Amino acid sequence: MRTAGIDIGSRTVKLAIVEEGEIITSSIADTTHDPLEQCERLMAQTSFDRILATGYGRHFFETHFDVPTVTEIKAFARGAKEIFPGCRTILDIGGQDTKAIALDEKGRVFKFEMNDRCAAGTGMFLEVIAKTLGYELGEFGREALKGEGTIQINSMCTVFAQSEVTSLLAKRQKRENIAYGIHVAILNRTLSLLKRVSTTPDIVFAGGVARNPCLKYLLDEALVRKIKVPKDPQMVGAYGAAMIAGDSIEIDRSIY
Amino acid sequence: MEKKDYRPMWKDLGLNLEGHDQLLAVLGNAYKDIYMSQENRPKAMQYLDFVISEAHGLRIEELMEEKRKGNKVIGTFCVYVPEELISAVGGTCVGLCAGAEIGIDEAEKVLPRNTCALIKSFMGFKLAGLCPYIQASDLVVGETTCDGKKKAYEILNDYKETYVMEIPQMKTERDRALWKGEVLQFKERVEEIAGRKVTPENLRQGIKIVNEKRRALQRLSQIRRAAPPPISGLDALLVNQISFYDNPLRFTRNIHTLCDELEERVRNGMGVAKNGTPRILVSGSPMALPNWKIPYVVETSGAIVVAEESCVGERSTRDLVQEDGKSLDKMIDAIVDRYMKIDCACFTPNEERIEHILDLARDSKADGVIHYSIQFCTPYSVESYKVEKTLQQKNIPVLKIESDYGMEDVGQLKTRVEAFLEMVKG
Repeated sequence: MRTAGIDIGSRTVKLAIVEEGEIITSSIADTTHDPLEQCERLMAQTSFDRILATGYGRHFFETHFDVPTVTEIKAFARGAKEIFPGCRTILDIGGQDTKAIALDEKGRVFKFEMNDRCAAGTGMFLEVIAKTLGYELGEFGREALKGEGTIQINSMCTVFAQSEVTSLLAKRQKRENIAYGIHVAILNRTLSLLKRVSTTPDIVFAGGVARNPCLKYLLDEALVRKIKVPKDPQMVGAYGAAMIAGDSIEIDRSIY
Repeated sequence: MEKKDYRPMWKDLGLNLEGHDQLLAVLGNAYKDIYMSQENRPKAMQYLDFVISEAHGLRIEELMEEKRKGNKVIGTFCVYVPEELISAVGGTCVGLCAGAEIGIDEAEKVLPRNTCALIKSFMGFKLAGLCPYIQASDLVVGETTCDGKKKAYEILNDYKETYVMEIPQMKTERDRALWKGEVLQFKERVEEIAGRKVTPENLRQGIKIVNEKRRALQRLSQIRRAAPPPISGLDALLVNQISFYDNPLRFTRNIHTLCDELEERVRNGMGVAKNGTPRILVSGSPMALPNWKIPYVVETSGAIVVAEESCVGERSTRDLVQEDGKSLDKMIDAIVDRYMKIDCACFTPNEERIEHILDLARDSKADGVIHYSIQFCTPYSVESYKVEKTLQQKNIPVLKIESDYGMEDVGQLKTRVEAFLEMVKG
């Protein structure tokens, strides 16, 4: 049986098709102003027997296609546990959410926290600051690694941090040092969230921001090299949802 | 039936008619979306639908009629104000508007931005001229349950006479003596306003009326322990909210009618949720009318609220005033003792609240507890740490939510609540 998981995030839509526990194909698209169309486009390129939706947009998907849903928390928990069976802690930093999830030995969620309504320290935050510094998002982390830890960013509000960065630029500070400082600020915020939930290894770092090498490096340093990053960190939620779709007997609806 | 035009009355009361129309339109829509869309509601909820639809109309007209007869209307914000004394002198005790995000611009002219939503709301309602209850009140009674309210009443007093009762912070003999002094002084103030003395006869009657109201609410609380519950948490919260507004005798009668219907449902095994639906206890800050946010999020996420450990809920109904006092003195003592039992988070220490939460979680067969504090509500926010720790020790799943009256965080709240429910279900 081929099961699908679709993770409709604030920035990207991810679709994973799973057969016998392995991803056989996966695809990703920007969420855009019309997420439904994006979902349909991704789904049209493949086939599956059942599908389960997760992510910020799961509810409109549920209403539109009459498909069951799980939260990102459960989906990431399952995905991370499948990829790293020793996983006890998950850090997921997505487009507008940061989540810390603690698992028991059997992989069940027993505690979780997420950021409040503010996007501080999320992918969106990185995107805004990268742009202010004149970087592409894809090179931001790499370039930040070239910086030195001489600058402290005090504000974690996206808007305030942006103006702080602008004034540092006006003071002719090197942009890679500012970039490094921004990553350290995100690190500190992330660590405080993790410490409230769990720092038990293995700690799996997932979500789009896990592709940022500077943040991964800093987390690894701070947590004494206990961080594990999946090959495709953005796909963990979709993969988890597809796996859950495979075990629920009551879910038996195909839409294509 | 043609709806009566209450605009002349509202105008006389000094309401801002344009803003008030908008408010009623928004509330009417919210009620339709949140309440009328529920399936399988008890028939007797029609009484509450009616009270809601006439909350700013017929009910205000009744209050104005009472005032014409020389009876007084006393507006309150808190379950510490002894309604028995108001009832004894023929007065009506009403809760004042404090549960909607309204008049915020006005409120923020006089209050800091990081003030709790409830305080901002009552100030906003008053300053924007949108609460007919405060307009109709002969006296507003405040209390010192938190710093925010305490200081805000000084400002409110500039716009409407506000009498403040001092609530002790501990529960020693000295504190009881202080509270007794406050109750006696309030009695004098009420007598002065009403132009009538509190006597053993009328106080006995007042105690009886308020106790009967509490008994009806206690009965409802018991019935909700059934599996499956015969009434939604949204509807039960509404009942508790309306208990602060409607005529107590009529309210009590109608809630017993509702309870009769609910008991019938329980006998027939009929509920508003499937068996196995996660049962949630909501604990924490008061949910003033029309703050329906938490039960709305919970009950649209596949769970049902079975109890509220809140001032709009168990905290206001748990204890009765002893009815066997013969003399006025004894009755006053009974009132003092009853109100001293309230486990508001303004007290330190407040271990009895945690005990009550554990008892209620057990009795209501809750699968999990959601601790709700209004943002910037320091007493409940800080106390949530101890609540969470104790519940975790007892292996009762708990989710802490801090939120205000805005709707912009509903998406994230839903994710958190749904993930919590996935956890509860295992």
